[in-house]
Amino acid sequence: MPIITFREALRQAMSEEMERDEDVLLIGEEVAQYNGAYKVSQGLLDTYGEKRVIDTPISEEGFTGIGVGAALAGLRPIVEWMTFNFSLQAFDQVVNNAAKMRYMSGGQFRVPIVFRGPNGPAEYLAAQHSQALQSVYAHVPGLKVVAPSTPYDAKGLLKTAIRDDNPVLFLEAELMYAMKGEVPEEEYLIPLGRVDVKKEGKDATVIGFSKPVHIALDAAKELEKEGVDVEVIDLRSIRPLDEQRVYESVKKTNRCVVVDEAWPFASVGSHLAWLISKNCFDSLDAPVELVSSEDVPMPYNHRLEIAAQPSVRKIVRALKKVLYLE
Amino acid sequence: MAKQRKNIREDADGLKKNLKGMLLIRRFEEKAAQMYGLRKIGGFCHLYIGQEAIAVGAIQTVDLKKDYVVTAYRDHGHALACGMDPNTVMAELYGKSSGCSKGKGGSMHLFDVENHMYGGNGIVGAHIPIATGVGLKIRYKNDEGVVLCFFGDGAIHQGTFHESLNMAKIWNLPVIYICENNQYGMGTDFSRVSAVQDFSVMGASYGIKGKQVNGMDVLEVYEEVSAAVEEVKKTHTPIFLEIKTYRYKGHSMSDPATYRTRDELDTYKRQDPILNLKTYMLNKRMLTEEEYTKLDKECRSVGEAAVSFAEKSNEPQIQELYDDVFA
Repeated sequence: MPIITFREALRQAMSEEMERDEDVLLIGEEVAQYNGAYKVSQGLLDTYGEKRVIDTPISEEGFTGIGVGAALAGLRPIVEWMTFNFSLQAFDQVVNNAAKMRYMSGGQFRVPIVFRGPNGPAEYLAAQHSQALQSVYAHVPGLKVVAPSTPYDAKGLLKTAIRDDNPVLFLEAELMYAMKGEVPEEEYLIPLGRVDVKKEGKDATVIGFSKPVHIALDAAKELEKEGVDVEVIDLRSIRPLDEQRVYESVKKTNRCVVVDEAWPFASVGSHLAWLISKNCFDSLDAPVELVSSEDVPMPYNHRLEIAAQPSVRKIVRALKKVLYLE
Repeated sequence: MAKQRKNIREDADGLKKNLKGMLLIRRFEEKAAQMYGLRKIGGFCHLYIGQEAIAVGAIQTVDLKKDYVVTAYRDHGHALACGMDPNTVMAELYGKSSGCSKGKGGSMHLFDVENHMYGGNGIVGAHIPIATGVGLKIRYKNDEGVVLCFFGDGAIHQGTFHESLNMAKIWNLPVIYICENNQYGMGTDFSRVSAVQDFSVMGASYGIKGKQVNGMDVLEVYEEVSAAVEEVKKTHTPIFLEIKTYRYKGHSMSDPATYRTRDELDTYKRQDPILNLKTYMLNKRMLTEEEYTKLDKECRSVGEAAVSFAEKSNEPQIQELYDDVFA
């Protein structure tokens, strides 16, 4: 099976969907001639031309809204934000227009649009360019939120997102673009709303999504040395949320740690921890632990920025806590 | 369309259609105000009284099978001018399930997607990129249509207006941006908050032609928008019109409009677009007082019928709360 990078997997997904459906187009800053700020769209201009791969001025609210308008009228735009940090300029278009036009019109509209780009902590970028914004989008009814953790998942989920008739926020971890993984040559799709068990285990469950899934796997390996068998569940999509499979895992292991790179207050992680506490109450042998980023803006200094984020050490400590090993 | 434009001032039927279109909105809005007073309608309710010439004059120039209308929250007039059923519009104001948006949208969110009436948008200026995106779809699919994008003087200082005009120009999108300058952004006189007093110059920053139009004269609106539609279809380039108008009522039902003088209001009422056209037609002997009275009566009864339709309609079922979040 070919081994390709995360960014290549995303590119393949977009390219295959553009090939399949001529109403799919890519719009954003530097996506065409520059081949993408993170080179995700490399080569798409050459293949599909400037009609379908459209460079925009730095006008996030404008081009995001233009994408929404085009989707309302029947196209299937992929809007690339250079990073989710800049999506805040376009927040109104996503929250007030993309998410609500169907509901407000009594179901008259469909809004088939994907908003994608890098999200989450990066390196040495400081507070405005290094933050995880999933909780902000996951809060809003009418939006789907997807956060893949491997090249395989990225491709299958992005293809599904592009075919979805609803707005999908597609979060790509900035530090994962160069990560490699197996991706089959034949076409496949991954449904939204189904978790993937990245590692089976029986003693405790770690639930995460996007990049932290890998730290969770490292933490599980660490604890393996101590004879503890940890299950790692990758949500893949935050909305829709595969609640049942999450609960099944927790009811099997009776212990749970939630990992989320966002801040802890009113986050996807804190919400999951609440859901599990409520719905698995009778099965839990320990309170659910949450490993989040520290409740501070991201500092520039590397030592500090690492300290601000979830780590293998923090997850191991949380696991030991729910296992009463500490 | 071009032929009709030349003859509008001599075309008795065309003029009557305009008169009726404006009267219908006026009487509908008066009825809505009355029902709001009786608490049959709640929340924000922005009336179009005084501005009727714009929606009526502009929207008749397009073919909503190909063309599109996108507007803001003062949208009752546009909805009616798009030919939406007054019954379903009134029912929407009532929040009934027979409303055009099943009671989920209300006054600010009237839509008829099949007939290209794309709302009904509540955030000031946020629909300008939406309209521009509809223009992108037309260009992308090589369709023939144009988009009429209506917004108020309050929206013109939002970044969305400027960002949209820039992109519409660089991508040659068939959008006619129509600023209905009713002179007050809520309670703020536009001249207090705008660096320029003539908005029509604002297209120039983006290489877009701009023009001021008298929005109290439905025929001028019709002629100017017709010309703009023809030009956009021919040149594939956006156009900007500032149509000067005046709203007789407050910003919304809760606004007593104490920020302006009685004299100012009376001055505009003397140039009332309905009165204007009526006088013109009477002078041209294209209308009699009796015919006018009959027309007016007809429009009043449409408003009354809409109210009785809304009154008789059902509230949505609680289960409908969860419908239409996702496709």
